[in-house]
Amino acid sequence: MLVPVVLGTATLTFLLMHLSPGDPARTYLGEHATPEAIAALRQQWGLDQPLLIQYLHFLRDLVTGELGQSMFFHEPIADLLATRLPPTLLLMLMSALLSLIIAVPLAAWSAVRNSGLSDTLVRTFTAVFQGTPIFFVATVFIVLFGIRLKIFPVAGYGNTPWEHVVSLFLPSLALALGIVPVLMRSLRTALIDALNSEYVSFARAKGLLHRTVWLHYALRNASISGLSVLSIQVSYLAGGTLVVENVFAIPGMGTFLMKGILNRDFPIVQASALVFALLVILVYLLTDVAYKLLDPRVRLK
Amino acid sequence: MTALSPFESRTSSSGVLRKMLRNNPQLLFGLLIVGVILLMAICAPLLTSYDPTEQDFLSTLQGPSADHLLGTDNLGRDLWARLLYGARVDLFLASVAVVLPFIIGSTIGALCGYFGGWFDTIVMRIADIVVAFPFYVLVISLVFILGNGVSSIIVAISIISWVAYARIIRAEAMVLSATNFMDALHVGGLGVPRIIFRHLMPNVLSQAIVYAMSDIVANIGVIVTLSYFGLGIVPPTPDWGNMMSEGQPFFAGGIYTLMLIPAVAVIVTSYGLSLIGDGLATALRVKR
Repeated sequence: MLVPVVLGTATLTFLLMHLSPGDPARTYLGEHATPEAIAALRQQWGLDQPLLIQYLHFLRDLVTGELGQSMFFHEPIADLLATRLPPTLLLMLMSALLSLIIAVPLAAWSAVRNSGLSDTLVRTFTAVFQGTPIFFVATVFIVLFGIRLKIFPVAGYGNTPWEHVVSLFLPSLALALGIVPVLMRSLRTALIDALNSEYVSFARAKGLLHRTVWLHYALRNASISGLSVLSIQVSYLAGGTLVVENVFAIPGMGTFLMKGILNRDFPIVQASALVFALLVILVYLLTDVAYKLLDPRVRLK
Repeated sequence: MTALSPFESRTSSSGVLRKMLRNNPQLLFGLLIVGVILLMAICAPLLTSYDPTEQDFLSTLQGPSADHLLGTDNLGRDLWARLLYGARVDLFLASVAVVLPFIIGSTIGALCGYFGGWFDTIVMRIADIVVAFPFYVLVISLVFILGNGVSSIIVAISIISWVAYARIIRAEAMVLSATNFMDALHVGGLGVPRIIFRHLMPNVLSQAIVYAMSDIVANIGVIVTLSYFGLGIVPPTPDWGNMMSEGQPFFAGGIYTLMLIPAVAVIVTSYGLSLIGDGLATALRVKR
């Protein structure tokens, strides 16, 4: 299951880059390059060889971790990625945490007050936030908290670990708000189902503490469905970093990919898209592990 | 629907519509919002006499007035006109980019669910690969490769979005294929295409229709984001996304309307569409 998908994503990025119009060698050398110079560079990059041979070379390089050379930065892509990946990973982690911190209490509140009013509030909140573009939320945050109130830096990543966290707070929050509605809605439904279930009634009848029933029975069961929604939304978070990083000028994968696009730096676009896909696949894998920890039934199978 | 399915009885379409709207304020309200916005987009030339791309350097950054309903931008262009003509571009694109993947994805999904086997396996593996890429990453890379323009946005979104429809329809089609209803059609001697398109599809489409509404919302978000980054729809063609990106520096400087007006347009339109989606889910009894 995993191997074909990884191979497939690699193949897709390869095809995307090689089927696209425009000659990277010509783009690299500029408009005034001589045909001989272009031909020489094409030969150096192996672009003169048949597509199949290029594909096999690409796979070989991939397995050995050799991602090629950036056309624009004149540096090995693997080195560039090593510095670009940590901010993006931290951004994704922080926004996942923030979305949980916001969504869980809201879901719990609206599940307990399970009425028409809370239902309408949840639906309205969901509908409004799902339609708000991330870059707009990000801009509002920058102007409000960065420029007007001067609480948070408006851009960049800082130098110390603490500065990293502070710099990434607003971007993470902007990103988190994009998935809070979905997360909250599914958690709320799962909590309502759990609270109405027989095992919760039984736990209450047994005289267990209200808190125990909530944490160990209702919330634990609801968290399983919350987890699956969160893992699906990680793909959204990863894509959202592309938007948020560019608005906040964070030197991560998202700005890297966008720079690659603006410079028509094919190897960078190819490598970053692949890294993003691998990241998502990795999270799906981790989710499967987490399921086993949360749900004994999965462990037994 | 021409034939009676086991799940629904024959009712006139106007009767169905009336029944759907009754006791469904969400659907009604959503249709109202989206209907008004659509009407405004279609009637744009009647609602404003300004050209959305015409610059007037004698009247830049003006507030709302009788002349300019919502004021003007930094190039003296009428914001109301840009908003209306931008709606045309964005709503048209967002809708086409739903219809195409809907048709392609539903057909593929129905074929997968009906036939199963190697075809199903291959298609679902391709679907896994497409979904492994974060949406924005793939869509921006695709638009980069295909070049700017309306058609490349539609193609880029379609390449990705068909997967969701295929998966939804496939799951439902698999369930339906195992029922007596399908056996009866086979025994009745109906041809396979007729069974798939006339009997299987109508019975499994409702969930995909509900999903399509949230898909349009997502599409508007993507289109606006793409043009915010200068990809896809490029100036001077007015679009809510490039209006927002052009207004952004002024937003930071304290002139809010330039970015706020298109942002509100995006949010209200998406809200209306979400209401329609929720309302349809209730009406069609689709669990979300």
